[in-house]
Amino acid sequence: MTPEIAKQLLFSMRRIRFVELEIARRYGEGKMRCPTHLSVGQEAVSAAVGLALRKDDLAVSGHRAHAHYLGKGGGLRAMLAEIYGKVDGCARGRGGSMHLIDESVGFMGSTAIVAGTIPVGVGLGYGMKCKNTDQVSCVFHGDAVVEAGVFFESLNFAVIKKLPVLFLCENNQYSVYSHLRVRQPKNRSIAKMAEGLGITARAGNGNDVVQVFEMTMDALNGIRAGGGPRFLEFSTYRWLEHCGPNFDNDIGYRSEEEFLEWKKKDPIAYYEAELITQGVVTSEGLQRMDAEIQCEVFEAFDFADASPYPEPESAGFNLYAIEPDVASPPQSLRF
Amino acid sequence: MAVMTFAKAINDALLLAMTLDDGVICYGLGVDDPKGVFGTTLGLQQKFGTDRVFDMPTSENAMTGIGIGAALYGMRAVMTHQRLDFALLSMDQLVNNAAKWRFMFGGQRGVSLTVRMILGRGWGQGPTHSQNLQAWFAHIPGLKVVMPSTAEDAKGLLLSSIFDPDPVIFLEHRWLHNLKGEVTSGDYRIPIGQAKRVREGKDITIVSMSYMTIEAIHAIDYLASKEISCDLIDLRSVRPIDWQAIFSSVHHTGRLLVLDTGNLTGSISGEILARTIEACWGTFVSAPRRLAMPDYPEATSPSLTENYHVRAEHIAQTICSMVGRQVDVTTLRQQRVHPHDVPGEWFSGPF
Repeated sequence: MTPEIAKQLLFSMRRIRFVELEIARRYGEGKMRCPTHLSVGQEAVSAAVGLALRKDDLAVSGHRAHAHYLGKGGGLRAMLAEIYGKVDGCARGRGGSMHLIDESVGFMGSTAIVAGTIPVGVGLGYGMKCKNTDQVSCVFHGDAVVEAGVFFESLNFAVIKKLPVLFLCENNQYSVYSHLRVRQPKNRSIAKMAEGLGITARAGNGNDVVQVFEMTMDALNGIRAGGGPRFLEFSTYRWLEHCGPNFDNDIGYRSEEEFLEWKKKDPIAYYEAELITQGVVTSEGLQRMDAEIQCEVFEAFDFADASPYPEPESAGFNLYAIEPDVASPPQSLRF
Repeated sequence: MAVMTFAKAINDALLLAMTLDDGVICYGLGVDDPKGVFGTTLGLQQKFGTDRVFDMPTSENAMTGIGIGAALYGMRAVMTHQRLDFALLSMDQLVNNAAKWRFMFGGQRGVSLTVRMILGRGWGQGPTHSQNLQAWFAHIPGLKVVMPSTAEDAKGLLLSSIFDPDPVIFLEHRWLHNLKGEVTSGDYRIPIGQAKRVREGKDITIVSMSYMTIEAIHAIDYLASKEISCDLIDLRSVRPIDWQAIFSSVHHTGRLLVLDTGNLTGSISGEILARTIEACWGTFVSAPRRLAMPDYPEATSPSLTENYHVRAEHIAQTICSMVGRQVDVTTLRQQRVHPHDVPGEWFSGPF
């Protein structure tokens, strides 16, 4: 762990959190008119994995993807413009918060069906194998994904074909309002279960950014050495409601005590204190970091707000590469 | 030109596509087994290796998603299901990913995925090996759906499907696999979305698809001897549909009969009737009609399938009632020498 990497990890976590909290703060304005799943509390995994991956490695994700996208280097302006439904959005306003893409940095797409991108990420890995590259395909997912059949199918194939795929599980214990205990057997570790399918798997503390970074680097090295796919499970906790800008510890599915317990393990506060103690950063340095982040984020919000909406007439575009003439009804049938 | 079976024409197209583009991969349950999916995939693995041609775990949904991922990486994936019914396990990946990817990411990248699904019929295929669900797939914006009826069209449409930048559902009827026809050699492509006029006539427009085209030809050629002249349009693609071909024929004949291999309710035949009525209302001289499977599944016992499918004699009778003629169809029925539950002597099961 070099001081440079340490500072980058801290910067990335603080940047992700600032973006997410700013989205939460402005959500009530009604300009971000789509379901939005925030990652506050879970920044360490995205910051560390994003930094560990090479730019030409590919990644896919699910509905809670802001942090993965930003960690991988996805453009902030395009992400916010997408959430605002604007033409400069990364998906031209077609996808919103749950459909992020920035192919220029290898973020190949996030989609809104739980487990939907798991086989897609494995397929990217199959392409890498056919073309004999040393890239890795990183499949970000949550704990509910391992309850979907397609997860087992995809993992099985990745193991059979020894594909360069990193399954990256963020276990935040909740699927919407449903705790793990009603979804998976007590004391059955997700990583152990994955291991039972024949993949090398490890579990770690998802709020310890250094641990996540080191375990991910180790897994990536193993994959690039031809060792086949790896599975990493990181435990963490989302601070805000499943979908939306608010805290929801009062509605009865989880307790304020549980939240406060996890808040004590805040990945950012913990690492920041450590780096100050080590003398890697100073409080002035942190202020400069925050000023830089704030400046970038506010500018990106302004950009998103000012960007025009897509033309209503374009609503049906891009269904096919070339819209066949015969696909649409003749003029006489149009309303 | 060479005469070959529908199955061999598919094999020919796969061989050619894989030779033309080393990004084409071909997989599915049994593609490398001794029977090679009714002969359609024979020899491919020997020629192109196990990375590009491979058997797969029984994981239809994931393997569809893996084809999507490979396509996003720049490959062209061709997946095969020995029955359409098995592909139902992959509806999430087909509908939520393959069909949506280009649209939902603003046109940045499409999914060059061809999914071959074989349609079963007869010989006790029963409720879950004989479904003709083309209407399901055709209902999904973002998918294309083709249903060839001849060996020539099978090859030309499969090549177009594989090299299409968007996902295509390629539906091949099991009863057509042994049908022989002349096939153009080399790289021959039929544009997706173009129907074919198989017979020219003035009294009525018949629109058909896949195996129904064969039954229609029997009926139409028989009626020609009774001086009833039918315009037969083989759809070839059910998404997109070649509306101009249908409308211009109906303007000419004033009558429309649509033949469908699927169950009646919610079928392609219903869509064709609806749109043609909207577009050509004033031209009809008789009420348009359609013939499709009844609204219950195909049972297994031969006694329960005897009256299940639409045959040439039903088509002929319907045409006659629409044009106001009485024709005895007994001889038409007698032309058929083999049992009702097989396409011909070549087929003796098991599937």
